[in-house]
Amino acid sequence: MKLAVLVNEGPYTHQASDTAYLFTRAALEKGHEIFRVFFYHDGVNNGTRLTVPPQDDRNIVKRWTELAEKHKLDLVVCIAAAQRRGILDENEAKRQGKDANNIAPGFRISGLGQLIEAGIQADRLVTFGD
Amino acid sequence: MTDEMMEEGGKIKKFLYINRKAPHGTIYALESLEVVLISAAFEQDVSLAFIDDGVYEIVKGQDTKGAEIKNFSPTYRALEGYDIEKLYVEKESMDARGLTEKDLLVPVKVLTAKEMADLMESQDVVMSF
Repeated sequence: MKLAVLVNEGPYTHQASDTAYLFTRAALEKGHEIFRVFFYHDGVNNGTRLTVPPQDDRNIVKRWTELAEKHKLDLVVCIAAAQRRGILDENEAKRQGKDANNIAPGFRISGLGQLIEAGIQADRLVTFGD
Repeated sequence: MTDEMMEEGGKIKKFLYINRKAPHGTIYALESLEVVLISAAFEQDVSLAFIDDGVYEIVKGQDTKGAEIKNFSPTYRALEGYDIEKLYVEKESMDARGLTEKDLLVPVKVLTAKEMADLMESQDVVMSF
């Protein structure tokens, strides 16, 4: 089955991101296709490379990056939600006159149209949030 | 997907956006509305449902000045201009909050919880905010 995943909460405060990750990994292991993972609302905070969780805890951002590398996943962070919350890639940082960017490897920033497209193209869109 | 139609070479699916949260206090309602507006550009079959505290999103006379937060409620009235005209409100949620259709900013169709479940069942893509 072709699946799309929507992640609406940030890492650590809510379990939604953990569950979305475990679901995505399990679906891939079962041979399903993940068309796209879209991060919205505080979910965009899953895409900052600046998190430094304690060593005995899971590294949520790094885990997404590694899964993306392994399976060529398309991890998309909503641009409007990202700008509100300070998640920037190199281009956006330059465009907005900011002195740094913080997008994690494997993530890209794009518009909400990518979410609608995922809904159209996938057999199922699965939402993780509160 | 049995309900998919082909038109102008593109798929048209039934999208239902479920609004469950109060308009202010969290950003879900505002960002949900942003998704709805974008989806209009994709020429999909869009419906909106308001349940639980989500019914407050379309209540008339919202005044956010004191909270220094943008009042985006007039945007719901603009949805018609984007051909988004299918708005549903759950009767039980309105009743529990002492609201009637007269309290709402926009024309809606009132559904019972059972009818709302049937509506959800008939959709291709359901996003809940």
